[in-house]
Amino acid sequence: MNFVAPDFMPVVPELFVLTMACLLLVIDVFLEQRQRYITYGVAQLTLLGAALLTLVTYAHAPVTTMFGHYIKDAMGDLLKIFIYLSSAAVFLYSRDYLRRRDLFKGEYYVLGLFGVLGMMIMVSAHSLLSVYLGLELLSLSLYALVAMDRDSPVASEAAMKYFVLGSLASGMLLYGISMIYGATGSVDLQVVSDAVARQGADNLVLVFGLVFLVVGLSFKLGAVPFHMWLPDVYQGAPTSVTLYIGSAPKLAAFALMMRVLVDGLGTLQGDWQQMLIILSVLSIALGNLVAIVQTNIKRMLAYSTISHVGFLLLGILAGSPEGYAAAMFYAIVYVLMAVGAFGMVIMLGRTGFEVENIDDFKGLNDRSPWLAFLMLVIMMSMAGVPFMAGFYAKWMVLQAVVNIGLVWLALFGVVFSVIGAFYYLRVVKCLYFDKPEQSEPIHISLDTEIAISANGLLLVALGLYPTALMTWCATALLN
Amino acid sequence: MLSNYLPVLIFVIIAFIAGTVMVSLGYFLGPRRDDDAKLSAYECGFESFEDARMKFDVRYYLVAILFIIFDLEIAFLFPWAIVLDKIGLFGFAAMAVFLGILVIGFIYEWKKGALEWE
Repeated sequence: MNFVAPDFMPVVPELFVLTMACLLLVIDVFLEQRQRYITYGVAQLTLLGAALLTLVTYAHAPVTTMFGHYIKDAMGDLLKIFIYLSSAAVFLYSRDYLRRRDLFKGEYYVLGLFGVLGMMIMVSAHSLLSVYLGLELLSLSLYALVAMDRDSPVASEAAMKYFVLGSLASGMLLYGISMIYGATGSVDLQVVSDAVARQGADNLVLVFGLVFLVVGLSFKLGAVPFHMWLPDVYQGAPTSVTLYIGSAPKLAAFALMMRVLVDGLGTLQGDWQQMLIILSVLSIALGNLVAIVQTNIKRMLAYSTISHVGFLLLGILAGSPEGYAAAMFYAIVYVLMAVGAFGMVIMLGRTGFEVENIDDFKGLNDRSPWLAFLMLVIMMSMAGVPFMAGFYAKWMVLQAVVNIGLVWLALFGVVFSVIGAFYYLRVVKCLYFDKPEQSEPIHISLDTEIAISANGLLLVALGLYPTALMTWCATALLN
Repeated sequence: MLSNYLPVLIFVIIAFIAGTVMVSLGYFLGPRRDDDAKLSAYECGFESFEDARMKFDVRYYLVAILFIIFDLEIAFLFPWAIVLDKIGLFGFAAMAVFLGILVIGFIYEWKKGALEWE
């Protein structure tokens, strides 16, 4: 047996991120605390470099390498670009927060980069093995990040919960993978797909494996009834980490669903469609209803995440190319909204005070009209008000569901997004119609303010001209 | 097909007998002169039997984790060394990269002071 070196060209962005993350780890231990900004700068440069590498090598036809464990295609490249973008925003937004909380450590950026690497592997996974590898790399980085604020009992509890439940979910996923391997004799998604097509959907072991896979994946996505970790982790983790967990990993989770369920087990669509319908209905209902009673803004956004995951699943379960494109569009827009929303939460804090409750947004319009406007845009977009990016995303997803004849499901989604609009509008009411409870001026560094403005305006632009991104998603999925 | 497992069964029986005989020989024939030092737990500093929910120094944990990493390295290196002549330059380079990444972790833990007991 002789190993032939695989083609390394398609994995150059991954290799770059890995090298830089390792390098950063070494550089960081030799830095003084006051030089820590170098770590931050290198991390941002790494993301920029990876984005350039991905853009230059943008795949127009799918290429598999690493003995079939890895695929480079347009869907992966598109999602990776948004992963870099949102992670760069996360690093930027959280910089001042980490400084004032004494959490400005190199580990945040190193673990962040390793998480990005994990997401890149998930997005480009072409075998169940690399799916698991990427997922674990991401999850392990996230567990450590949540626990980063060691003196906070809430954060430690959140990390513990996340770790225990996350390991359980990984176990489920592995169990499902082992069953699928047993039924098809391979972990390569292409071979699995061929084998499933040959033996049909009535293989009990295969369906059993599928159930465990879906359970594992929906845990990572945070779909009801596997959502229990999500509100606690979002609330307990330092806001900079919540920002990270709430953004790019959703793109990776979407890609994972596409790779495993659509590319690998597409023949079993009849089976997983039913499971996803249940998950999606429960997520939309519970997410929107429970978010109404929340007073903590991070917890409210956590429940809002759950309901958005439900909508994302609607697009995937439609099982049509337009449904997948709609779900991809939804995932991207959601990540932009989540980065913006948690970014606002993080930015309004100052030394000795962090925004925790919805009431902390009271009268923001009197203190800073521009920030209030940006928050308005983000909330409106999340609620799905027409002419916002969120509206178009919901519209496309619902249209895909209607087109496969599940009108009741679409109606259900519409009703609950109207119910959900209540708690977003409550934040807007706080912004504009309540008297401010604090009068301290808001200090935001210039680069952060430019970034959050761009973030908000991007949501408006995507709401007015969604076609460009939508076409990009659709063509990326086609090849 | 079941007959294929006969050697396994015989092996299990022999192993059971051998184990029982050796332990019981030691128990019945060996001299026993216990004193406090002999009965106390060896080295590790813990009682052998006590409540599992106790506090212990977190440094043990750190050392154990660091040990496992480098122990696993050996577990990878050993089979690799045996098939080195068959896997060619690519196999060699792959292990070199793996060791390189471990060295980076090693530098990190050293600089962070994880190797110092006090």
